Amino acid sequence: MPQLNQETKHKISFTLNGKAVSGYAEPRTLLSDFLRQEMALMGVHVSCEHGVCGACTVQIDGKAVRSCLTFAVQIEGRTVDTVESLADENGQLSDLQIAFRKHHGLQCGYCTPGILMSVEAFLEINPKPNEEEIREMLSGHICRCTGYTGMVHAIQDVVENR
Amino acid sequence: MKPNNFNYVRAESLDHVLSCLAEHGENARILAGGQSLIAMMNFRLVEPTYLIDISSLDELKEIRSNGNIIEISAAVTQARVMSAPEIIEHLPLLAGALPNVGHFQTRAKGTFCGSIAHSDPSSEQPLCFAILGGEAVLKSKRGERVVPASEFQTGLMATARADDELLTSVRLPKQNPSSGYAFEEITRRQGDFAIVAIAAIAEGENIRFGVGGVAGKPEVRNWDNLADNDIDEALNALAWELGDNDDIHASAKYRRQLVRRVGRRVIEEARKCRN
Repeated sequence: MPQLNQETKHKISFTLNGKAVSGYAEPRTLLSDFLRQEMALMGVHVSCEHGVCGACTVQIDGKAVRSCLTFAVQIEGRTVDTVESLADENGQLSDLQIAFRKHHGLQCGYCTPGILMSVEAFLEINPKPNEEEIREMLSGHICRCTGYTGMVHAIQDVVENR
Repeated sequence: MKPNNFNYVRAESLDHVLSCLAEHGENARILAGGQSLIAMMNFRLVEPTYLIDISSLDELKEIRSNGNIIEISAAVTQARVMSAPEIIEHLPLLAGALPNVGHFQTRAKGTFCGSIAHSDPSSEQPLCFAILGGEAVLKSKRGERVVPASEFQTGLMATARADDELLTSVRLPKQNPSSGYAFEEITRRQGDFAIVAIAAIAEGENIRFGVGGVAGKPEVRNWDNLADNDIDEALNALAWELGDNDDIHASAKYRRQLVRRVGRRVIEEARKCRN
């Protein structure tokens, strides 16, 4: 199926938060919109839609990427993880989520899901980052209410205790 | 905003890409990392009829070291280039500039060759390509041609690539280990496009000097036997030569001052780390 025609919905099969799923999307559908509208995952937040703000960040095959700069048809056969994958099935928050709450790493929470998915992917590559490296990674996200200090403390807490 | 409609082609081989380009040429765009292209499509600044996705083609995911040349294929991400041992060892200028390209989250998908093909005047990668004296490998159904960096980027977001050609790889000569090098850029925020980006390579008393972000494309000058006393004069002349456009990011006067001051710092730093 090398060519997918416009204005037609195409079936996309992939692994979403650990489960094999499928959905339908036109070629022009952004992954961010697909995850919200077709997969009903409202933790994927959409803001700037040109890759600057970081709110829509999810993981594709374990890498933190902008879902607004990816088309849904590109994830055929791949693995996508969203913020909904972090808490367990009983709703118990992950250590990172607990640390964000404890250190006031969020206020309105709009930017938070993207940041959490970035942090998880980042700690896979660099499990013991220093403060400068944490701040450099966070520069890929825009938070307009809490600021970043609480987030840095939360991430440092997780790094120390994992 | 949302992109306009397009037909999506999942490329199955390089040959498949070239056939599609031969057929659809000017109405087609290549999707590699999409970190600039999809943003532009979301704003409807770009509205291709066909989008040819090369991001999953394994044959375009190679970094090859061959003699004095390192060749980076079209689908290699910036994250991979930045951490590749052969790049860190033989092209430290590029490895050092890449952390300034976007963010951790965009480098995971954005490609080096995509940035060269996109040729944004403020992007760090075309500047590295120009100052390192690389070559662009362009393939089409008609054949292959190799274009030197000095002829590849022809202007503001304009290149020598024809509509039916794919930039399959970029070749970069390895840096001379005895030469010194430095890179610095000025941005409003970490990860932004450069207001001014400057790179220099020092070999003996010669300086090869590159500036991005000021003119429509990166500008490179060779200053042989540049005496310390002549640095300021050379930089001042270049600063005036690069044009004087004010824009929303900075005034022309401020940019000229950055070329003079940051330029001097970069030259001194490059000279300091000569072996």
